[in-house]
Amino acid sequence: MLIVEQVLNGLQLGVMLFLLAAGLTLVLGIMNLINLAHGSLYMIGAFVAASVAGWTGSFVLGLLAALPAAALVGMAIEVVALRRLYARDHLDQVLATFGLILFFNELVSIVWGPRALFLDTPRWLSGAVEILPGLPYPAYRLAVLAVGLAVAVFLAWLVRRTRLGMLIRAGATNREMVAALGVNIRLLYTLVFGLGAMLAGLAGVMAGPIYAVEVGMGEHILILTFVVIVIGGIGSIRGALAGALLVGLVDTLGRAFLPTLFGAAMGPAAASGVGASLASMAIYIVMAAVLALRPRGLFPVHG
Amino acid sequence: MSTALLDIAGLTKAYGAVIACDHVSLTIAPGEVHALIGPNGAGKTTLIAQIAGERLPDSGRIVLDGHDITRLPVHARARRGLGRSFQVASIFPRLSVLDNVALAVQAHAGHSFGFWRPARRDEALRGPARATLARVGLAARAEALAAALAHGEQRQLELAMALAGAPRLLLLDEPTAGMGPTDTARMIALLNELKGDVAILLVEHDMDAVFALADRISVMVYGRLIATGTPAAVRADPEVRRAYLGEDEVA
Repeated sequence: MLIVEQVLNGLQLGVMLFLLAAGLTLVLGIMNLINLAHGSLYMIGAFVAASVAGWTGSFVLGLLAALPAAALVGMAIEVVALRRLYARDHLDQVLATFGLILFFNELVSIVWGPRALFLDTPRWLSGAVEILPGLPYPAYRLAVLAVGLAVAVFLAWLVRRTRLGMLIRAGATNREMVAALGVNIRLLYTLVFGLGAMLAGLAGVMAGPIYAVEVGMGEHILILTFVVIVIGGIGSIRGALAGALLVGLVDTLGRAFLPTLFGAAMGPAAASGVGASLASMAIYIVMAAVLALRPRGLFPVHG
Repeated sequence: MSTALLDIAGLTKAYGAVIACDHVSLTIAPGEVHALIGPNGAGKTTLIAQIAGERLPDSGRIVLDGHDITRLPVHARARRGLGRSFQVASIFPRLSVLDNVALAVQAHAGHSFGFWRPARRDEALRGPARATLARVGLAARAEALAAALAHGEQRQLELAMALAGAPRLLLLDEPTAGMGPTDTARMIALLNELKGDVAILLVEHDMDAVFALADRISVMVYGRLIATGTPAAVRADPEVRRAYLGEDEVA
């Protein structure tokens, strides 16, 4: 019973990571830009949703406000700052986007104050669903899972089947050629960036009722997100999904069961220390193992 | 000069102390095939890149069909009728041959297309794409993966992609590079068929191709145009013979 619940928790963390990873991997794969400020967009989504939901009492209105807000902020930083960084090396990009993290953390503190906000679960999702006899599971977390999987299907359709997706894939292969064919590639990049920002904002909104809405909430999850896209293969939406679910499961199950497993083997006192530290290392061990076998990730993108 | 399709005046571009393009002036008439020749490093590719908009000149002016395009971005020039091929075949290897051309058709259609429309089975794109493939002799290979094409076929595909936007001027950077004699002959025949429909500025090292195709030839050395004229006139030009062609090649 416990394991089913933890597997669901792991999948739910996984789809949240996927929403973040999808935008990050597209931006890194297509524009070759490392954007550390992606977590800031997640934070902005959460704060806007928490505020609007607080004023109106409606989670849905909060969500509807947060998505365009995150997309607009994302497109604004792309036009103002990031566009200048595409041709620079990765260290410059890391420095500049790290600066953006500090900027947005400070900005959010000024606008919303230093204290954490709360985003309530919408009432119609606040109950529990009995997924197996005798095993209730929060309806909200199931909804997060469903939304994440729906976004995955939508993105797969967008990238593989639509004209926009064809341009995105072509632009990733050969930017100059796509421009020479008459495509405004800067506009295309801004749109892709806005889409990624909106997905990060969506992840932030959905995280709101589960974790605290606070300054710096984007940093911890950003590290996990980078692990996800490296495991999945940079630039691959499919890889982002596989990597996100893997990291979500390994992290959640590791934290839930590794201390107990070690406890059985070596006694509770020593085990809680070893088990806990191994649990926090588990995703990095998985990443190292994946990269040892497949250096370009699970789903490498072909040139 | 008002009849020129492309009118370049005083185009200059320096990289540090190296002047890659030194006050180059050149006109191309509608339908003209104009070959640009010169030794490696003469600045031919820099000149093409400035016309296409990938590099901005330090000074000078580029007028296409009466419009000053000197400062326009690449995609805006493409929409005004500039098509281009690259020195290294630039195709999208993971797409089918037909999808490559459909992409080019779509790109040229600009903002009028729906982003959300399905790309496959879209006759508005695939009809023109098929017609263009037929024009370059690749109709039979439409469903193949672009990566699976032979080198010569990839260059034909690239030409089809450039043609898909119905350009008035094609910039072709070494279309026969790396080709064997059979493929080269086929490419020359293809370009000959296009002659008159579309103006072509052709950078080419293969002198047989140049003399078979060109209405006029410009010779570039160290960033400067040292001669422009008919093939016969350029062949006879003593400065060209000294600087570039070499006595045995023109003998």
